[in-house]
Amino acid sequence: MAGPDKLLTVTDAVAELSSGMTIGIGGWGSRRKPMSVVREILRSDLRDLTVVAYGGPDVGLLCRAGKVSKVISGFVSLDSIPLEPSYRIARQQGTIEAAEWDEGMLLLGLQAAGWRVPFLPTRAGLGSDVPRVMPDLRTVLSPYPDRESGENEELLAVPALELDAAFVHQHRADPSGNAVWLGEDPFMDDLFVRAARRAFVSCEQVVPTADLAGLAGITHMGISRLDVSGVIEAPGGAHFTECPPDYGRDEAFQRHYAMATRSDEDWAEFVARFIEVDDDEYRARVSELAEESARTTEGGK
Amino acid sequence: MSSDGAPRRADVCAVAIADCFAGDGESLCNPIGNLPLIGGRLAASTTEPSLAITDGFYTLLDNVPPVGLSEEDRLAQRTIAHWNPYRSMFGLLWHGKRHVMMGPVQIDRYGNANIAAIGDWARPKSQVLGFRGAPGNTINHTTSYWVPKHNPRSVVGSVDVVCGVGYDRAAELGPVASRFHEIRRVVTNLAVIDFEATDDNGIPAMRLRSVHPGVTVAEVVEASGCELLVPDEVPESPGPTPEQSEQLERLDPNGLRFSEIADQ
Repeated sequence: MAGPDKLLTVTDAVAELSSGMTIGIGGWGSRRKPMSVVREILRSDLRDLTVVAYGGPDVGLLCRAGKVSKVISGFVSLDSIPLEPSYRIARQQGTIEAAEWDEGMLLLGLQAAGWRVPFLPTRAGLGSDVPRVMPDLRTVLSPYPDRESGENEELLAVPALELDAAFVHQHRADPSGNAVWLGEDPFMDDLFVRAARRAFVSCEQVVPTADLAGLAGITHMGISRLDVSGVIEAPGGAHFTECPPDYGRDEAFQRHYAMATRSDEDWAEFVARFIEVDDDEYRARVSELAEESARTTEGGK
Repeated sequence: MSSDGAPRRADVCAVAIADCFAGDGESLCNPIGNLPLIGGRLAASTTEPSLAITDGFYTLLDNVPPVGLSEEDRLAQRTIAHWNPYRSMFGLLWHGKRHVMMGPVQIDRYGNANIAAIGDWARPKSQVLGFRGAPGNTINHTTSYWVPKHNPRSVVGSVDVVCGVGYDRAAELGPVASRFHEIRRVVTNLAVIDFEATDDNGIPAMRLRSVHPGVTVAEVVEASGCELLVPDEVPESPGPTPEQSEQLERLDPNGLRFSEIADQ
């Protein structure tokens, strides 16, 4: 018995998407984002996507490239640069519809979809402007009286975030989609995978199934092949976001991206140099940029 | 201590922040930002030894290391007591044993706090952080705020977007839904504000608790874009004790607090 081989290229995975879909992206802020997949979406003809994420440069790049009509997020941040510049521009220019949920609400929406219930209740959001500015969010009256007051409490009903597709980046996976995260936080990747009709795992390295349990113990085997439609081998696939312990965030490149969002000319140059190329060429050009910066720094001394 | 013997403003702020966590006992002290972090760790290393703190990411610590460490030192100097990835943090905060300190761009007299956007949320003049965890934090456990620039643009008549729930909104929800809500303090560069008094409708509202040395009550009132309840006697915020000074030096050896709050 062995799981089926689900290896495919990033191009083939993205070819399964169509415009208007709701896409979930795993990771958190500028941490372990499937950036190789994001670049492939940027190169595609897809448009009018709804993106669900604990957002980072994935959301920013998709907004900047005009691929997105709606973002459902707990935040959009580059971590070391707190405000994601492209998302910020999109919000201020009104080019996207935004649903900015409380961070915990997003977890509940994904969990509800994975458990196939229409909503999960929470106190988070009550009293704030979340339900006022996003009036499609509804409350639900508890059928059970509170133990102390006897009152039936009203709670926010976080709707299930049913995804057409989800992409997560893991450290290791086998060809059938059993995946291992290393580092210290699995983020919500397993929830994204279960919330999606079709889920794709990109990973730093594809390894034989028998090697998985030895990598970091069974508690790091977070995603099962039962929930995965396709596996993409993408070494360095989270760049420039961090993917520890394999690699940290490329802060210099992230700054370069943030600067490039400031004018249409710089953005066009960024796209031509780093987006309109395949992954091998991307890595070569990232190294080239790092060498250029090193030379500039030396020259400035 | 400055040359004239008065405590330095940043140290007064750190001590005031530490005092926000007094009495919390076995609870997660979770301040966000440099001075809040220094103040929180000051509490954990002096008066409130049972507090738990985070390493800033995915663990709770059993020691109280300095702030501003390099990534290598941050990892080397932590004694991990518990694994706390984000999903566990949500569980912890919904359970309630947490006191967060956040830095709002706007806060009003009832403690409604905005971290999301300036202007109309639908199309903001300036997009800031979004709601992040503020709605869930404030309705589930104790919250305090840090305002490093107390002026009428930060302490306002009404906030553009309510992210953190204030006392008037909590009152509208009623006593059951709001039973875990508490805005304990607002520490600013000028003063300490609490909510231990009520407005004419019986709703807890900003009360001037103390003014920092060198600041007058009139200056604080002037710097506030909303009404402050001002008691007849307003004490001066205390500077650090010798033990606190020693801990502040240990916790913030590079003086990050002085680059956030300059000497007056």
